[in-house]
Amino acid sequence: MDKRHKLSYLLNAVGVAAVFALLMLLFASGIFGTSTTYIQGICTTACYTIIMVASLNLVVGFMGEFSLGHAGFVSVGAYASAIVSGALAGKGLPDVGLFLVALLAGGIAAGVMGVLVGIPALRLRGDYLAIVTMAFAEIIRVCFCNFSITGGGKTMSGILKLSTFPRAFWVMVVCVTVMFLFVRSKYGRTIQAIREDYIASSAAGINVTFYKVLTFAISAFFAGIGGGIYAHYMTAMIPTNFNFAYSAELLSEVIIGGTGSLTGSIIGAAFLSALPEVMREFSTYRMLAYSVVLILVMLFRPGGIFGRWEFSLTRTLGALPRRRKAKEGV
Amino acid sequence: MLEVKDLHVNYGAVHALNGISLTVNDGEIVSLIGANGAGKTTTLRTITGLEKAASGSVTFDGHDLTKVTPSKIIGLKLAHVPEGRHIFPQMTVEENLEMGAYADRSGMAETMEAVYVRFPRLKERRRQLAGTLSGGEQQMLAVGRALMAKPKMILMDEPSMGLSPLLVKEIFQIIREVNQQGITVLLVEQNAKMALSISDRAYVLETGSISIAGSARELLNDPRVKKAYLGQ
Repeated sequence: MDKRHKLSYLLNAVGVAAVFALLMLLFASGIFGTSTTYIQGICTTACYTIIMVASLNLVVGFMGEFSLGHAGFVSVGAYASAIVSGALAGKGLPDVGLFLVALLAGGIAAGVMGVLVGIPALRLRGDYLAIVTMAFAEIIRVCFCNFSITGGGKTMSGILKLSTFPRAFWVMVVCVTVMFLFVRSKYGRTIQAIREDYIASSAAGINVTFYKVLTFAISAFFAGIGGGIYAHYMTAMIPTNFNFAYSAELLSEVIIGGTGSLTGSIIGAAFLSALPEVMREFSTYRMLAYSVVLILVMLFRPGGIFGRWEFSLTRTLGALPRRRKAKEGV
Repeated sequence: MLEVKDLHVNYGAVHALNGISLTVNDGEIVSLIGANGAGKTTTLRTITGLEKAASGSVTFDGHDLTKVTPSKIIGLKLAHVPEGRHIFPQMTVEENLEMGAYADRSGMAETMEAVYVRFPRLKERRRQLAGTLSGGEQQMLAVGRALMAKPKMILMDEPSMGLSPLLVKEIFQIIREVNQQGITVLLVEQNAKMALSISDRAYVLETGSISIAGSARELLNDPRVKKAYLGQ
């Protein structure tokens, strides 16, 4: 790693820490008055939604395959982590440790499920794959409605409230960083080549199925982590929370933000999880506004608001002095 | 170098290939001509493992290709220029060429220089997105990308498809030059006249079996070929 890279990583770490400090300061200042907890809750929601949407973007944006069953992986992660944290509670683990172990368990369970579904399903493409992923999510939901360990159709409640805003925030930062590095790695470039043209990729010697299953599993892993935060924030859940509408909601957030842009996923997810809360008073028209936004984006920005553009703090800061110089006519 | 023996391929109940046998010797250009649906592309796809053979064998350089996965075939130095070019549209010309060396990156810079010498147009456009090239340039890029793998043999599927008569001539000239460098070529073409004019030998494929085989010159003068494929 050369000096410029190191500097850039440092700069980004500082930027993220600054955002975190700003939010914490706002919460501490009491500016929101009685609704502080409520707004903190929205921010936690935004954090896990960002993880779910960004992970779906790996498949939809970077690999170029449609998945309509992301909620299935989220639910596997949510239930697996809730079961693990329930089993380990009171065994002397500190809360943070318990939280991380539970999330990891949820992620691994969902990742394994991703491999199991991916191996047969990823030989299909396009519409066919979309239908298979949708069916998978439905099967998972029906299973969870019948397993006694998941509460069998009834609400699974009494999950420990481990998802605080700071924890969710830092888990989100780590997840997004890992996904970003994955996309920029040799593997990430390979899956983008497959998206461009899978026939040419396989002629060039890329094992297309292997990379697709790998990406699918990584995407499922992070969806599971998102699900884990969700479970430990909600503390109670029912399998129907993870129905087709939830998958579709995640997918539309990917598309609105920009397929192939993690920046788009972050901003899209953050914005769209705050939006329903802001519009609570007109809740009857919420879904209507949502669909209108989706149609408008598709009409005017078919690639999503951000397309494939990524925000770079290093680049932005680098551009500032140049612009000033240009203004001064230097 | 390449030997296909009694190859059968079925798509469900449909017999796409009914026992095809053909050989390509070291240094030759061999064409496979025939009408739409005769099984030309199926033959190539089976050679590269994209289709499963029901029976029969494909041997390349001593390796049984029916047991090799498609992604490993390029490692045996058998390159494939697929039908319809299949370049990576959102990558630059240079990145497309680099993808050609995906399996073996040794000496990539020299190979790329050699490709640029052969295709000066690609050098001019090296920073341009490949999707913005003209059809002929894209075909050159597809050939150049195959050369990046330093192949012993190239399979070409319909290189003249969708090109103007002038460009078709140019592409066939390039194929001949590539062959003169010592690369064996198996060419699948609908443009029988052009294909025969540069080939050493040829096979005519008709509804899944080989109906005529011989040297390119014999086939050019064969009354059946003349009538059915050369329009004379």
